[in-house]
Amino acid sequence: MPLDLEVSPFHYSQVNRIIREHILKGEKEFILRGVNGHRYLFGGISAKISAQIYGTPGLDLGSFMRGPEIRVFGNVQDGAGNTMDEGKIIVHGMAGDVVGYAMRGGKIHIYGDVGYRVGIHMKAYMEKVPVIVIGGKAGDFLGEYMAGGIIILLGMHTIYPERPIAGLFLGTGMHGGAIYVRGKVKESQLGLGLKPYALEGDDEKLLENYLKEYCEDFGLQLSEVLKEDFIKITPYTHRPYGKLYAY
Amino acid sequence: MWNIALRAKEISGCGIAGIIHRKGELIPGEMILKAICCQYERGNGLGAGFAAYGIYPELADYYALHVMAQSKQALVKVEEFLQKFTFLNFQEPIPTKKVKTIKNPPIFKRYFVRPKFDEVDAEFCDLSAEDDRMVQLVMEINETIEGAYVISSGKNMGAFKGVGFPDEIAEFFRINEYKAFIWTAHNRFPTNTPGWWGGAHPFTLLDWSIVHNGEISSYGTNKRYLELFGYKCTLLTDTEVVAYVLDFLIRKHGLPLELACKAMAPPFWMEIDEMSEEERELYTAIRILYGGAVLNGPFAILFAYNGGLVGLNDRVKLRPLVAASKGDICYMASEESAIRAICPDPEKVWAPKAGEPVIVEMEEGVIPNQKSYLNVRSKEVSEDALRLGSFPLSLLAG
Repeated sequence: MPLDLEVSPFHYSQVNRIIREHILKGEKEFILRGVNGHRYLFGGISAKISAQIYGTPGLDLGSFMRGPEIRVFGNVQDGAGNTMDEGKIIVHGMAGDVVGYAMRGGKIHIYGDVGYRVGIHMKAYMEKVPVIVIGGKAGDFLGEYMAGGIIILLGMHTIYPERPIAGLFLGTGMHGGAIYVRGKVKESQLGLGLKPYALEGDDEKLLENYLKEYCEDFGLQLSEVLKEDFIKITPYTHRPYGKLYAY
Repeated sequence: MWNIALRAKEISGCGIAGIIHRKGELIPGEMILKAICCQYERGNGLGAGFAAYGIYPELADYYALHVMAQSKQALVKVEEFLQKFTFLNFQEPIPTKKVKTIKNPPIFKRYFVRPKFDEVDAEFCDLSAEDDRMVQLVMEINETIEGAYVISSGKNMGAFKGVGFPDEIAEFFRINEYKAFIWTAHNRFPTNTPGWWGGAHPFTLLDWSIVHNGEISSYGTNKRYLELFGYKCTLLTDTEVVAYVLDFLIRKHGLPLELACKAMAPPFWMEIDEMSEEERELYTAIRILYGGAVLNGPFAILFAYNGGLVGLNDRVKLRPLVAASKGDICYMASEESAIRAICPDPEKVWAPKAGEPVIVEMEEGVIPNQKSYLNVRSKEVSEDALRLGSFPLSLLAG
């Protein structure tokens, strides 16, 4: 039996305490209802558990977590997946700013649009490769200072038809990892030292793998997602800023 | 003197919230309180405040001065000043309630006034001259009467603010007893400037009110620029300049609202380079002419006036802002949950783009003294802007 909890009467610190107590007792499944602005949910949890969240969780959902799989039926606010290490966050709505900040492992799947500075400072090490898949459009500074990991931007499920698929300063300061974009971006949107490339080698295989999982999470058709060509944005040398004194 | 404790710099964010009813129907204070309290952790108890529009319908033609004074003597000086320079229709203490956690609050009183003019001026007196005179009087009180500040001076509106958490300040000012067609609220986490009663938000001038999350790093430049035009910054806090910049750009120079926002949060030169020729010329001119009005640094602001509510971010969106609407009501806040706390099922929720204002004006003719700043205004109203041609541009660039 999952722990089914109506959290609206509780402060976020109480909710997190209840969750931790039940994890210690061996609970593996959680359903949280009436969530609205509760911060740091599942923050720092390193157990293999699963959770469903109904509502709008507050800032830093799943920050520093190592293991949980969280499915959110609603939108998430700023800082979801902040420095997360393992596990997965699936968002059936939109996301705010700085999602996946300094992420070092695990996956974040977002159905709709995301805000500014998503995936900044992402990194990777050995088998740990964090992945963010965005179904909608992204604001400025996507993947800024990215050192590793993968961001896939689809631009399909958006409430902003008037906006470009990604904002300005895309990947500014990036020196590792890759950003895949379904469609095109203007070169003037990219940070210095970056170039858009056509897919090559293992790229297609890799994309297909990640997108298959994404599509399963939301009940989407993979063939529909793959109908359009992708480009890959990645730094063209290992140290693109070695000779750059100031931007 | 005011007990102003300068604290070490702290890092966090403030919380803001705003509601507007497009048809001018009144919204109970309870609503805005719920929205701002949902963002409780965004503040640290060193400031909170509310602005309410439509709260003085019987005295809607008088400037409602909310005065905050440290002593009775200071208040007497304000009253002598008002006696001399204004017609006073009505005055009363602002109703407050004792709150355990609020120690030694200042005295609050409200005065409903119209400025006096001497005979020569009176012949030419019109509404904009009255506004100008009122601005002068407010600046003079704030600058010269020690221990007293006018914290709001608009018609049919008022600001209520102080040191405390939002629920404490709301209880102190009995916010639940007011109803307004526009509300804004602030939960403060002062970082660079003291947490004192005058430094709480909203900041106001005439019916402009502003709440702000972030910091105006260009405060010094903006302050010096505004001083050229007679604005005095006396409240020891960066946000104050925004209220005066708005008054200056929109009321004095007649810039349409959207362009005024673009002067405060201008597009990058690289964006201007990609514009059509006509647009490029316009935005180049705005950046050159109003360089001193550019607000640099991270900010999300909400500002309101008799007729509208506007949300604006800095041009790289370093502070959060979410907007939503349902029916005739529009909501803006730092966090989506603050909106959902009072409107669980909005028809539309969106994150405004950096530097692009969300402007919500009320339907025409639904409130007294209604203002609209969407369009360029007629020649006589914006004559100040036309006169700009005779200024050396270097002076205006601050």
